[in-house]
Amino acid sequence: MSATVAMMLALAVGTYAFRLVGPVLHGRVQLPARVQELLSAGAVVLLVALLATGALTEGGGFAGWARPAGVLVAGVLAWRRAPFPVVVLGAAGVTAVLRAAGVA
Amino acid sequence: MIARLKAPPTAPLVRDSALVWLASGVVGVSFGAIAVAGGLPVWVPVVMSLVVYAGSAQFSAVGVLLAGGGPVAAAATGLLLNTRTAAFSLAVADIIGSGRLARFLGAHLVTDETVAFALAQPDPARRRAAFWISGLGLFAVWNLGVLAGALAGGALGDTGTYGLDAAFPAVLVALVLPALREDPAVRRSALLGAGLALAVTPAAPAGVPVLVALAGLAVFGRDHGRRTA
Repeated sequence: MSATVAMMLALAVGTYAFRLVGPVLHGRVQLPARVQELLSAGAVVLLVALLATGALTEGGGFAGWARPAGVLVAGVLAWRRAPFPVVVLGAAGVTAVLRAAGVA
Repeated sequence: MIARLKAPPTAPLVRDSALVWLASGVVGVSFGAIAVAGGLPVWVPVVMSLVVYAGSAQFSAVGVLLAGGGPVAAAATGLLLNTRTAAFSLAVADIIGSGRLARFLGAHLVTDETVAFALAQPDPARRRAAFWISGLGLFAVWNLGVLAGALAGGALGDTGTYGLDAAFPAVLVALVLPALREDPAVRRSALLGAGLALAVTPAAPAGVPVLVALAGLAVFGRDHGRRTA
């Protein structure tokens, strides 16, 4: 069990170190406007990649049709400026209904 | 009733966060249940959620552990997945605030959902409020969910039945769409990045595809003029 504790500690300390990068550098290093701009864009790029891989893949393979179908509905709802709860619940609802109907 | 000039209205932020909290709480329950059903003692998922506080990394680390991959591989997989939080923490550094306590506490609250939620707000005051409301609420709900799941064990069914796995990508869709809609440079970078991430997903270890996506910034462009300050 001590190996598990060591694993958790390493993961916790490492993760916290990653998360401290921004707050610690902030105010000490004056980032050029160009870099700030790239960081904001980079965050969006990361989030879109997360949503794309999260919607389409599971464990390195295709996640099945039900989940991407739900996320696609969310995209359409969001594009039409539907309220946030409608977008999220719409996605979960469509996926759940498709699964209940036998679509993986 | 609250002075609108100083503090942004919190009700809409709480309302939108609440959905993310609800979904995260259920995922937390399933994390606790999976870990305990796999043979880990109750305190492992509970303590891990408090000190690591990163859903995907926790699932991966426990998955590697339960599959017999060993603690080193488990920690390495989780850390690889969490490298992206360094980029996120840079993106939200000025949103978190400059006080010592705010920085050290806020850093721990940097997650995909909270960063997306904060960056989606239209002005600095609302971005800061969104970060703290979403972050603190998510931390509380996630950990309570994990505790409940660990105590309940395998009594909970498959969360896929409720379509919850579609809720998280959907949350991100709703939050990033405004940025994609108004900024062509961000849009083409994000689309290229997502394409690259998807292309390498079958071959690359977990966590790597999303980092590969940053290469999409190559088409961001040099002459980019930003509308919002």
